[in-house]
Amino acid sequence: MSELMEVKHLKKYFKSPRGTVHAVDDVCFSIEKGTTVGLVGESGCGKSTLGRTLIHLSESTDGQILYQGRDVTRLNKKELIEFRKHAQIIFQDPYSSLDPRQTVQDIISEPLLLAKYGKDEVQRRARELMDTVGIEKRLRMSYPHELDGGRRQRVGIARALALNPEFIVCDEPVSSLDVSIQAQILNLLMDLQEELGLTYLFITHDMSVVRHISKKICVMYLGQMVEQCEKKELFEHPLHPYTKALLSAIPTTDIHAEKRRIMLKGEITSPINPKPGCRFAARCPYAKESCNEPATLREVAPGHLVACARAEEVNCMA
Amino acid sequence: MSRVENVGAEKEVRREKRHGGHGKMGHHGGRGCKKSSESLKPGSLAYIWHSISHNKGAVMGMVLIVLIVLLSVLSPYLCRWGYAELDVLNAKSGPSLMHLLGCDELGRDLLSRVLYGARYTLYIGLAATVLSAVIGVTLGAIAGYFGGLVDSCVMRFLDVFQAFPQLILAMAFCAVFGSGLNNCVAALGLTGIAGFARLMRANILQIRDMEYIEASVSINCPTRKIITGHIIPNAVSPIIVEIAMSISRNGLASSSLSFLGLGVQPPYPEWGAMLAGARNHIRDCPHMVIVPGVFIVICVLSFNLIGDALRDALDPKLKK
Repeated sequence: MSELMEVKHLKKYFKSPRGTVHAVDDVCFSIEKGTTVGLVGESGCGKSTLGRTLIHLSESTDGQILYQGRDVTRLNKKELIEFRKHAQIIFQDPYSSLDPRQTVQDIISEPLLLAKYGKDEVQRRARELMDTVGIEKRLRMSYPHELDGGRRQRVGIARALALNPEFIVCDEPVSSLDVSIQAQILNLLMDLQEELGLTYLFITHDMSVVRHISKKICVMYLGQMVEQCEKKELFEHPLHPYTKALLSAIPTTDIHAEKRRIMLKGEITSPINPKPGCRFAARCPYAKESCNEPATLREVAPGHLVACARAEEVNCMA
Repeated sequence: MSRVENVGAEKEVRREKRHGGHGKMGHHGGRGCKKSSESLKPGSLAYIWHSISHNKGAVMGMVLIVLIVLLSVLSPYLCRWGYAELDVLNAKSGPSLMHLLGCDELGRDLLSRVLYGARYTLYIGLAATVLSAVIGVTLGAIAGYFGGLVDSCVMRFLDVFQAFPQLILAMAFCAVFGSGLNNCVAALGLTGIAGFARLMRANILQIRDMEYIEASVSINCPTRKIITGHIIPNAVSPIIVEIAMSISRNGLASSSLSFLGLGVQPPYPEWGAMLAGARNHIRDCPHMVIVPGVFIVICVLSFNLIGDALRDALDPKLKK
């Protein structure tokens, strides 16, 4: 299968009064057409920044983004408008991502109007979209505050789908919803993927959600990619110590399961002017001097990439 | 399932026809036959009007203001006496058929004076508010949208204004530039800038970082449209309310300035000036104080009531 999006050594730095924040630091990965890549990591590790950088909501500092083989890292205004018809985003918080002064219909029609569709076409397409995402017709004149979280998120999804994109960044689209609604929205997203052949980058910190929806999983820690492989492989054979800790934190309903929770010591270190070397070393139970060398992502097993200098060693021991 | 939807659709069509096919439909598909606020789109002028006209206080306020304005404009034709005409024999007399609200210490008819004087108080209130709102909102929007150094410069400059009570600053202004109608407007208008700027800046700051602004960037909304279509509509309703409140506050402040002798000068019958002139006779002829006092209260109250109603009407979350 072909790669829809390929990211090479992408960097996004922010200037702050205390130094340069390395929000996304030298990240490489690719997304296959029609699949979902899950991007997991704890709060503040740069996963949302990465997602926003991919669709040019913030401009990357360095590196390359290839979309269908074409370089889209630097775009002029016209190209950007064209690009955004292909790549869209669904936001985390459906309470703040919808303008409180627009009705559902206004929100869904806005991208169509901006793309200069005809008036009748906008009406028709808006109705169609509401149908697609499952919003009742009677709600089209409602305001966001009159809807519940699930319906609001459906409106957000409809807005993202309006221009028929192929690629959607889902920035924690279910983490502010309650569990029953989470399932509905996840199912909707999966159905839409099947129907429309969408490609998702699914950002989340919830391992069970990512297990449900994605094909490939990328694990981020402090702006860097630490592990990358197929979902099954990751859950069965996690290689990076951070991934192991992350997976051990998933609660289980099996009361006979062996409890082997790996507790990480300390806090996430600061992304401001980070020291060279493995960023996880400060909290890693296996850290040694050799971890002061920069850890680059390398293929340890077929299709399984890890950024840990001692990956083989550690996993032979385990 | 489809049957149910069809019934709903029919009802909606009927509704649409009833309301002239504007497509402004409520979300509670066709309930009731009386025209209700549900059928209007919040934020539309029709909805705001509907909401205000169903608020008894606001209606009373508007009626009173319109009445006062009309009477003030027509007062030279309606009143028997001119506002500066002396009837020395009836000086300090109480209400009578000759002088419906009595006379002041020089024998000037209080009714003529108070009605004629409305134009000063209302003019100062409106003009000063427009002045401070236009400058203040612009400065606040600039400070809030651009942030950083611009924000600091503008806001620290306005902090200087806010360090003094508005009335004291306005007094100082009048003392330096001289008293009189237009100086009074300038004094109150300029000293009111900081309040508007602060309010607008706070609104813009809050809205600028909302995800829906980012969302409109992601759907190719040009910056100009983001500002006019998303930021301003969400920032403007507290400003409109503040304007209504500010009119009454400035009217009151102009009365205070005139009371202190810094506003409108005699013989022009500004209400505050009338109060000031009558304060020596408060014991023997209380009507001289009561008449302008009551008019000030009525005006301030009316604008406050309108302001309250506007605030409710502009908030889509308070849809009844």
